Parts: sequence; C-alpha cells; structure tokens
Amino acid sequence: MQSRIAGRPPLALAATATIPAMLVLLPVGLTFSDALGPGFGRAMAALDRPLVGELLGNTVLLTVSTALIGMAIGTAAAVLVERCDLPGRRVFAMLAAAPFAVPAFIASYAWVSLDPEFEGFSGGLLVTVFAYFPLAYLPVAAALRGLDPALEDAAHTLGETPRGCFWRVILPQLRPAMLGGALLIALNALVEFGAFALMRFRTFTTEIYAAYQAGLGGVEVAALALVLLCLCFLCLAAESMLRRRRSYVRVGRGVRRPAATYRLGVWRLPAFAAMSALYALALGVPLGMIVFWLTRHGSAAVTPDEVSLPAVLDATATTIGLGAAAALFTIVLALPLGILSSRFDRSIFSGGVERSAWLAQGLPGIVIALALISVTVRHVPVLYQSVALLLIAYAVLFLPYALVGVRAALVQAERRLEEAGRSLGLGWFGAFVRITLPLAAPGLGAAAALVFVAVTTELTATLLLAPIGTETLAIRIWGDTSTLAFAAAAPYAAVLVAISLAASLFLARRFDVAAALHPVGR
Amino acid sequence: MPPGYRYRRRAFCRAAFPALALSIGALGTAGAAPGPALTLYSGQHPQVVHMLTQAFTRETGVAVRVHTGEGPEIAQQLLREGAASPADVVFVENSPELVLLDEHHMLVPVAAATLARVPSRDNAPDGRWLGVLARQNVLAWNPAKISERELPRSLLDLALPQWKGKVAIAPSDADFLPLVGAVVHAEGKEKALAWLEGLRRNARLYQDDESVVAAVNRGSVATGIINNYYWARLRTELGAAGMHSRIAHFAPGDIGNLINISGAAVLVSSKHQAEAQRFVAFLVSAKAQEMLATSTVDYEYPLVSGVAANPLLTPWDDLHPPDISPAAMGDDRESAALLQQAGLL
Repeated sequence: MQSRIAGRPPLALAATATIPAMLVLLPVGLTFSDALGPGFGRAMAALDRPLVGELLGNTVLLTVSTALIGMAIGTAAAVLVERCDLPGRRVFAMLAAAPFAVPAFIASYAWVSLDPEFEGFSGGLLVTVFAYFPLAYLPVAAALRGLDPALEDAAHTLGETPRGCFWRVILPQLRPAMLGGALLIALNALVEFGAFALMRFRTFTTEIYAAYQAGLGGVEVAALALVLLCLCFLCLAAESMLRRRRSYVRVGRGVRRPAATYRLGVWRLPAFAAMSALYALALGVPLGMIVFWLTRHGSAAVTPDEVSLPAVLDATATTIGLGAAAALFTIVLALPLGILSSRFDRSIFSGGVERSAWLAQGLPGIVIALALISVTVRHVPVLYQSVALLLIAYAVLFLPYALVGVRAALVQAERRLEEAGRSLGLGWFGAFVRITLPLAAPGLGAAAALVFVAVTTELTATLLLAPIGTETLAIRIWGDTSTLAFAAAAPYAAVLVAISLAASLFLARRFDVAAALHPVGR
Repeated sequence: MPPGYRYRRRAFCRAAFPALALSIGALGTAGAAPGPALTLYSGQHPQVVHMLTQAFTRETGVAVRVHTGEGPEIAQQLLREGAASPADVVFVENSPELVLLDEHHMLVPVAAATLARVPSRDNAPDGRWLGVLARQNVLAWNPAKISERELPRSLLDLALPQWKGKVAIAPSDADFLPLVGAVVHAEGKEKALAWLEGLRRNARLYQDDESVVAAVNRGSVATGIINNYYWARLRTELGAAGMHSRIAHFAPGDIGNLINISGAAVLVSSKHQAEAQRFVAFLVSAKAQEMLATSTVDYEYPLVSGVAANPLLTPWDDLHPPDISPAAMGDDRESAALLQQAGLL
C-alpha cells in the first residue's frame, strides 16, 4: 500500500496499540490457566462426563446445520436478487441485512411465545438460520456484483447454456464468498447463548451459564469454556485461511458493465413467493409477535409491577448510554492499532498485535465475562462490578467491528494531505489530529455506529457484568422471557428492535455493510 | 461523489458526536444515586423482592439496591467476593445456600427478637440466618395425559423405567438442588445418584420451574416436579379456565413432599449492620408477611404464625412433609456435584 510510511512506528503508538491486544489475550490466557492450571488430568476428568459428549454433539450438529442451510438460503436469495428478474428485487435488496438486526434471542422469544413446541433443536435451528443467513447473503451478493461479465460472455460464445453457465461459471466463482459466509454463520452460532437458552437447547454456552448458576466454578466451568474456545478458534482459523486464498478478481478494470439478468420464466412467481416467505418468517414473525404481546396485558403474577413508561425509558436511556460509551471507548482503543496497520511497515510486532486483536472474533461473550469477573474479583477489586469493566468486555467483544471501520476510514483519508501537513512543520501526532482525523471522521462514525448496534443487542456479557441496579433493555427482556412473562418483555423488545433496525438500515444505506460484517484480517 | 453527500456526512458527524457526549454524561449521572443504600443479593423472584424493598424504603427511608441471580450463583459470588463484597443482606429461595455461607463464616447472628418470630426449626440452629417463607415440592400433572391412579406414591418412583418420557424436571433451577440434597440425606449418596441417573433417562429437561409447569399445563408432558409456587403463579396468569393441569402430593412423609425454606441473612462484610438487621426484621414483620400472602405476586407460605397463606395453596396443615430440617439437609455442593455426575448439569 503506497500510503504506508517506511519505518518503525513511534514508541507511544506501538505501546498504545498493544493495549487492545492484551485485553483480548487476557480472557484467552485466563481460560487456559483456569482449565489447565490444576493439571491436564483434572481438566480431562471434568470433561469426561456424559453431558459433555451430548453438548459436543448438540453444538456441532446445530452449528454445521445452521451454516449449511444459512449458506444455501443466503446464496439463493443473493442470486435471485442480484441476477434474476425477481419481482420487487429492490425491496428485497434493501431488506437484505434486516433479519441480522433482530437479535437472535428476541427471535427466540417470538417463536417460543408463538408455540412452545418449537423448543429444542428445530427451534434453535430455525432461529439461528433466520438470524444469520444475511451473513452469507451479503458477501455472496457483493461477490456477484464484482464478477467479471466477460467470463460469462466467453462461456456463452463457447456454446454454454445460461443454466450451465450459472452452475459452471458463476457458482464456482462464488465459492469463497459462500464458504466465508458459512464460517461466519458457524462462528455466530457457536457463541450464541440467549437464543438457545430460551429454546432450552443445550449447547456449550447455555451449560456454562447453567453451571455458573448452579454455583459450580473453577475447573468444571473453565474446561467447558476451553472446549468452546477451541471450536471457535478452529472456525476462525478456517476462515482466515480461506481469505488468504481468495483471488477471483475482475480481469480488466475498464468500464463496469452490468451482467446479464437471468429470466426466471415460470419460476418467477414461485421465487417471489419463496423470498416473501423467507422475510415473513425471518422478520415478520419476530416483529408480529412483539406487536401481539404489546396488545396483551400481563397479569401481576408474572409481570413486575414496574413495567411502566418510566421503566422502559430508563432502560432505553441506560442501553443507549452504554452503547454510546462503549462505541467511543472501542473506537479509541482501535485507533492506534488502525494507524499502526494502515500507516506503517508491517513487522513481526505489528502483525502479532493485529492478529491477537482479530482473535476477539472467536471469543464467546460468556467466556470473556467469566474471565473478567474472576480476574477483577481476585486482583482488581476497583473494577469489579463497575461500568468500566462492562465497557472493557464490550470493547473486547466488538474490537473487530471497530477495527474494520477504523482501518477503512484511515486508508481512505488522503495520505498526501497528511504529508503536506508534516512538510509544513506539524509533528506526526499533530498531523494526525488536525488532518487525518477530520478526514476519517465519517468512517469512524460508521464504525462507532456498528459497535453501538452490537452493544445494544448484546446479552451474555451484559447479563453477567452489569453493575448492581443497571437494567438494560436486553436484561429486562431476558428476565421476563426466561420466566415466560412475554407481555412484560414486549415493550422492551419493541424498543430494542426499533433501535437496532433503525441503526442498521441507516448503516446499510450509507456504508458498505458487507465489508463491515466481513472483517478482513490481513 | 454527489455534491450533497459530503455535507450530509458532516451533518451526521456534527449531530452524532454531541449525542454521544450527551448520552455518556447521562450514564454518569444515572450511576450516582444519592443517599445511603442497602445492597441486597437476591435469589428470590424479582416481583416479590421489588414489592418488599419498595415497602421497606417507604417505611424507613433506606433505599435498597438489588442484585438478582440464581441462589447458588449468588452464594458462590459472595464466597468469591469475600470481605470485599458490597452486599449487606442475602435473601434466597432455599436454605442450602445460606448453610453454605454460614459454613464459611460469612454471616452474623440475626437479632434474637427477629428469630423468635418464626418457628426455630426454620432458622439456622446458630441463629445466623432467618427463615422467611416456605414452599413445597409437588408434582404437577395433566389429566389429559395421565390418570390420577397412575400418579407415583414416591418421588423416587419417577426414576423407574415406566416413567420414561412422562416427567419434566428443571435440574439447573435453584429449587431442584434441595430436593437432591434431601434424597442424599434420606437414602444415601449411591441411591441418590442412581435416582438421578434414572431421571436422566426418563425426564424432559427444562430451564426452570416456570417452563416445567407451563409444559405440563399445555400437555407437552404428563407430569413435572415443581415447587407449588409455580402452579399458583400460572393459575393466576391464565385464570381457572386456562388450567389443564393439577397439583398432586406424594404419599404422606415422602421425600418428594419436601418443604424448602426461603431465608435471609446479614453478611459479616456489611458496613450497614443496623439497617441490614432492620431489613431482615422487616421481612418477618406482620406487615410484610401479610402483604406477600395477600398479594398476587407471591405464592409461598408465610412462616410467621397467624398469617394465612394464599388460598391457591394447599393448606399448610395438609402438607405432610418428610421430617428433614433445613439444617439437617446441609449445603448443596454435593447435590450440584451429583447432578453433574448424573449428566443433568
């Protein structure tokens, strides 16, 4: 990249860039030491139980099924919207990311309250597929837009039918995007907690939480967390390997010519019906159920009597405040790392720091939360049960989101303007603050917005780390839903989904969401 | 780039950053509530605690901050926090958690006058925790799925092969642990483990008692082990017409009729000892006990004599519980380990 400075970064920058990396490595190291500290045999003994085998089976089965089905649905939807004469394709394109903006635990709440028989594997699968298929849709749609139509033309001239052309020319080129999407879905399914807990489908995350609730601790919980961590890192490694090999590029630059649109013919209406059904299930059911429960009055037995406008407003303010503070904090943490990777030569040091930060993508919220609790209660009592600790957990969880945005913003900011500033006598820090930062501000704003959405809809870490008396929307929904007080949860769910949908639609219209959902860790 | 684009982006930033700053400011002020406050660690139902703390604050002017969790989780958290704990009072649904905290010398004696308000067998023998309310283990059953004749005489029967798929339990609910502890106490560890392994084969597992009773009521499963609290709660929610399930008790004196004592204690680490004692005394005041018994949020037996229980509950004198005192049952560490061993946790 031309915009890099040849040379070593200033010491202060390098030092601050290591902070986020350390924060990410802390829960990882702690989980390892808690699980293996009392000896490898002890950890194995903790894992040698019938339940662990069942959990492994459940978790792997659900993760693989969700990834495959989600990938198939996402790819089919992307092809229909991008390349076929599907009626209403513009509307579908706009809705594309929306199901991802409905938190999976809220979708779970909707389905369980619609019919408790959804509980179990089928319900878990249903909710995760509908919540996460956009993670395959978005990269596949982006890949479709980036394809070189010349290859298709060549196939046509060589006598390939349109159908054969799709299967033998287009689909192979989509493979990296599809696989990448599938792995992202898998990663999300692995760390999902709330949706499965409400569906009473037992996975590693739900059992770690159950063990914690039953007062178990130490090796038992840490060993389970370690297995989950290993599964996540496996996914992460596969995904990063895939990225390195991805190399389908448009051959010539030239003028962009739109690729030919496939005619669906008699399949036009069935395809439209299928797409409508998909969004009706993925978006319509959660939103519909929330509205339904809003119109119901919960009885006092199950409804805490403080469900009132002030209570909802209070939880909303707390949620927005936490989201904003976490967004700011995370961006500030990510900035030095972004500068390091976008402005300076790559070294073993900067590469290592960056890679550690990306590791956060594979960290389940429950593992981070339990590790932070155990380290602060023992060694840093000041931080224990504080807002600051919750913000740290958010920063660790969503650092990858922030990093993508920060890097993209910094790369876009004209390097030459910064150099002009330097030549006129500004130091590197002055040039950064007075020239680069204003240029990068919109991109940083987008990154902050992305972290904000993620924080407002986060459940697990919030549940475990929120200081006494702190009630966020997610906590309220969780508390009510897990005691089957569906009507009581509805106002909170409505506000949370509204915030999340509004912010996501805003982001999708203004910025390339696909790039943000698909962090590139090179 | 369209001409308006840059401007709009700037406008966005200009609007976004002050909004950020404002909301962070709001967060700061929200965290700093004025005045002295008691901190209560609660494993009880939020609705019940909310009612109690509101009434206490109205009466005394002392505010109460509440941290809610499952009982065993709360107890472990207190053990981890040790002397640095911000908690003043702990209030949980089941006595084993209090026994555990007492064993670790984390509780101070409750004032004698307070202890005297409830029967002594429902308090700690050393007076360091106080019984407040009681609930009984029962079997919820759905007449559409099973006939009354087929219901088990004993809790232990539910591990027999003929019960496969016909019983629901919530092993990770804090209310299940005391039942395991009672079986261990009465039958020994080995028999208790065999019983749990039988349940593991037979039972449909749920997250909590609320889900168990709801599943029985809608006919997903024939029977379910719950505290009677949850049946009455569902009855209030759905009304008589919505109830397709009933409550059964086991044979008189059976271990399955165990009574769980919900209790409270003051922590050694509390810096507000006087207010904390005042709070636990309030829990067994006639006013608080009557308020709970006549409310539509709590379905537990008041332990203070002379206060009538909620009419939805089986009368106290008809319960026929086994003869196991909370003290005899001990803490629930062994129960949790057994549940793990049986593959239920």
